[in-house]
Amino acid sequence: MRDIYKGNLVRLSAMDAEEAGKAFARWSRDSEFRRLLDSGVSSLASSKAVQTWLEKELEEDSIRQYWFSIRTLDDDQLLGDIDLSVYNWSARDAFVGLGIGEREFWGRGYGTDVMRVLLRYAFTEVNLHRVTLTVFEYNPRAIRSYEKAGFRHEGRMRGALNKEGRRWDILVMGILREEWMLAT
Amino acid sequence: MRNLFRGELVRLTAEDPEVRAKIEVHWQRDSEYRRFLDAEPAMVVSEKWLKDWFEKRTEEGFSPSRYVFSARTLAEDKLIGFFSLWVDLVHREAWVGIGIGEREVWGKGYGTDMMKLCLRYAFSELNVHRVSLGLMDYNPRALRSYEKAGFRLEGRTRGDVQRAARRHDSLWMGILREEWLAMQDGEKV
Amino acid sequence: MEQTMFDIQTQLFEGRDIRFGPIDYEKDPQIESRWTHDSDFMRLYDVEPARPMSPAMVKKRYEKLEKEIEEAKNLFYFAIRAREDDRLIGKALINHIEWSNGNGWIELGIGSADDRRKGYGAQALQMLLRFAFAELNLFRVTARVPEYNEAAIALLKKFGFTEEVRRRQALERDGRRWDLLVFGLLKDEWAKQAQA
Repeated sequence: MRDIYKGNLVRLSAMDAEEAGKAFARWSRDSEFRRLLDSGVSSLASSKAVQTWLEKELEEDSIRQYWFSIRTLDDDQLLGDIDLSVYNWSARDAFVGLGIGEREFWGRGYGTDVMRVLLRYAFTEVNLHRVTLTVFEYNPRAIRSYEKAGFRHEGRMRGALNKEGRRWDILVMGILREEWMLAT
Repeated sequence: MRNLFRGELVRLTAEDPEVRAKIEVHWQRDSEYRRFLDAEPAMVVSEKWLKDWFEKRTEEGFSPSRYVFSARTLAEDKLIGFFSLWVDLVHREAWVGIGIGEREVWGKGYGTDMMKLCLRYAFSELNVHRVSLGLMDYNPRALRSYEKAGFRLEGRTRGDVQRAARRHDSLWMGILREEWLAMQDGEKV
Repeated sequence: MEQTMFDIQTQLFEGRDIRFGPIDYEKDPQIESRWTHDSDFMRLYDVEPARPMSPAMVKKRYEKLEKEIEEAKNLFYFAIRAREDDRLIGKALINHIEWSNGNGWIELGIGSADDRRKGYGAQALQMLLRFAFAELNLFRVTARVPEYNEAAIALLKKFGFTEEVRRRQALERDGRRWDLLVFGLLKDEWAKQAQA
């Protein structure tokens, strides 16, 4: 069987609360990153606070959540994190959330690569039926990356975001197991 | 769609911990019933202990991997037994545990009716790919009942259980989704 | 080394190239963390979805394990260590022991691909079986293996295990279904081939 943690540029690796705590705290100071990632209010947190929160989140050996750090293949640099959250086991559907904190890696194919690895994991190790994601209208780079990874547009939550004095849509995208199998 | 909770002889229910404990303490004093249930040493337990145990399960709340039903007769609404399903969500396999505590209904098709409901629930509501169970070789009535329900014998672990100063095998059975569907024979599932 | 199965003097925990040892909380988490990042190993060893673990997570897992050993009293765990430098190379355990029935489930894994195909697995299995039969006095041991793990199946058969159950299509991985096999070995069978 193939190595399911490895892509062409990145690999999935375990989340280390201490290391990730420091990195998340640093990345969260980049408000553009925060606003691309999260619909909530952007704020700052200390690395200790983030570490404590992570330790608690990671404690549960949960069958619902699969959370990975993303590292480059060539020099093992920590780029960000990606998580798969099975919100409905009956339908075998999970939300994927991706964040690449290191700016220099934006727009260079790293996001698409890690998403491909994650989809392979979702469909051949967790055996899900579909994977869903939400992405903000003002994040065209990510939208293009997800389209390349095989996601299809399924709808929009109109005016769901309120930033910089105007309303924006949240796009919903999804990919089905059979589509992924055909494409692979 | 078919009614999931109603069979021909029984209906499925969820019972309060006190109700389950009250009847189960009585059933568990029948060591033959107890020894059919699993391979752990038969023991007599108090109603309080059982109530606490059932309460703990209730407190745990709903889980996508565990389903427990009690069974009552349609004729008299009498509580006769239970079955549980434990689901491996990633591989879509459900394990069945089933027990009929009321001796007087043994051998009268109640078990078969319960198993039918159990399989229907597993395949058309939980959407599993296969259902598995284990039983002891000294329970031929159950073996026949499960075979009638569509389970196939997949093997036996030899000398797995020692009881009554003898070695017994555990039998392992399984039914696949496509096999169950074929048995429905065009009936809407 | 002559191994007499039933004598008190022969070491239970010493093999030719390997030994059974306790967990080393300082060194082992790092090593085991690396194994968990090898999805081949994870998919051979277990049916649960492969997940990489950080050293901190491995350490927590060890703590939970030792707690369970203490409380449940139906589990025995060994770190497989290289004889020459005590380096961690794998793990061996007997789990879900039913004392009244005298049975237990065995698991064994050599973590790094570099350490496989060197006979360490066979040595570890030899020691594990001796522990099960000559120290725990079990009547039988059981092992569960996915049908794609040919190396494990070959090893079990070499030691006289019989394939007893084929749980059809019980495992889904890599986009297809696989059978899960259950193997069993009885004490008498082991004693006979151990003497041979």
